Amino acid sequence: MGKVIVVTSGKGGVGKTTSTAALGAALAQRNEKVVVVDFDVGLRNLDLVMGAERRVVYDLVNVIQGDAKLPQALIRDKRLETLFLLPASQTRDKDNLTPEGVEQVINELKRYFDWVICDSPAGIERGATLAMRHADVAVVVTNPEVSSVRDSDRIIGLLDSKTLKAERGERMEKHLLLTRYDATRAERGDMLKVDDVLEILSIPLLGIIPESTDVLRASNIGAPVTLADARSAPAMAYFEAARRLAGEALPVSIPGEKRGLLSKIFTRRAA
Amino acid sequence: MTEVLTDSRSIRIKGRSFLAVVLSPDLPLDDWLARLDDLAKRSAGFFLGRPVVLDVTDLGLDRIQLKDLIASLGERNVSVMGVEGARPSAIGPGMPPALKGGRPAPDVEVTESEATLEAPQPAAAQPIITEAPRQTLQSLVIREPVRSGQSIVFTEGDVTVVGSVASGAEVIAGGSVHIYGALRGRAMAGAVGNAGARIFCRKLEAELVAIDGVYKMAEDLDPALLGQPVQLWLDGDAIIAEKLI
Repeated sequence: MGKVIVVTSGKGGVGKTTSTAALGAALAQRNEKVVVVDFDVGLRNLDLVMGAERRVVYDLVNVIQGDAKLPQALIRDKRLETLFLLPASQTRDKDNLTPEGVEQVINELKRYFDWVICDSPAGIERGATLAMRHADVAVVVTNPEVSSVRDSDRIIGLLDSKTLKAERGERMEKHLLLTRYDATRAERGDMLKVDDVLEILSIPLLGIIPESTDVLRASNIGAPVTLADARSAPAMAYFEAARRLAGEALPVSIPGEKRGLLSKIFTRRAA
Repeated sequence: MTEVLTDSRSIRIKGRSFLAVVLSPDLPLDDWLARLDDLAKRSAGFFLGRPVVLDVTDLGLDRIQLKDLIASLGERNVSVMGVEGARPSAIGPGMPPALKGGRPAPDVEVTESEATLEAPQPAAAQPIITEAPRQTLQSLVIREPVRSGQSIVFTEGDVTVVGSVASGAEVIAGGSVHIYGALRGRAMAGAVGNAGARIFCRKLEAELVAIDGVYKMAEDLDPALLGQPVQLWLDGDAIIAEKLI
């Protein structure tokens, strides 16, 4: 049975879809079978980031409503054999998701895939609660700023009360993925520092993804950043996060600190 | 014309909980009233001076039937202070207000007063023993952080949080509030009228603190205390905050 991961945040625009695609591609490069599921019915984006927007025939809502079989709706990635996408519908809205339908789809996906990664929509309404409902593990995507941190805190509360795991009295495994982190701005006090965020949210850290133009460039060419430029700083951070998700114990390095040291040496030389 | 308030004291609004006797009639009502009469005969004065809540859930009474029932109870000296479970349309002006959100309490024992059976004795004339067993649960311990949007309400006693209370979360206690972490949200102690309740926290970054209905916003707190371990208590009508050593 595969593991179901929900990538969630509460707030929009913090990098859920980017992180879903990047983690999915990173895990698939370890030769594990991965499916990324877009739950943002009506505002789908994951197909664009995965570069599969022109190959969508059937979607999640079609499968739930019985208009298509699950294998018909799954899109295999052109670059990675083991990476699949289940797109959301762009023409419907989230009312088309039913709890029973979602449960059936997730249970079926769990049988075929090692990892089922659900890209949650923003907000705390139906779409978001259904995306998290069947998860075994939650990846909470947070930007180092107060509104994102507070929304993440709210989502963690919901993960601990509204999910199947919570209702069965089990503990939901939760990880913090800090995205768009800029060490120089955090140092200046324009952004929250890593320790501040960890202190407020008090869940284990999965990784810190540095703010980078590589992320935007990758989305625009329709590739997860871990496929587009595997040597870039955000891609390396996502690879490490994926290894931690798979159970490896790796220390988390705060991006920018190394560069800070290098630039110090550099300036000294220049002087 | 604008009215000028000469008195700057604010109006204190408090919550307070009372234990009420709940009567749940069943159908047919005539039979039930006959049984009530029988009970009243055996325990004379049981309903005298006792607030009664009428639970009419599932009875499907309309306004006239409900009015009749309240009147029949009135004839038996049962004064109804509120009605639970009635349709909103069944409650009209001049009738007791609708109540909801009631929480169960131990059943009230109706002891037969000896007076009717034996020769009257001074002791037997005393009111029926109705003291409910004391609630043993006097404190609530939360072992996890209280997340934004969550609300912990415990009016029976103290609340202890082993963790932080996030911005946008609230803890409401009938007694004191103890937070072994940062208090970033709201804490209300003595919420059902207890001026002796206190708030303790390891790190004060609260949005609002309140004790016994008196509240203080974040900006009214001494900036020197922010981020410090602090206890707060009530002195008259003022909240006093002091650093914990």
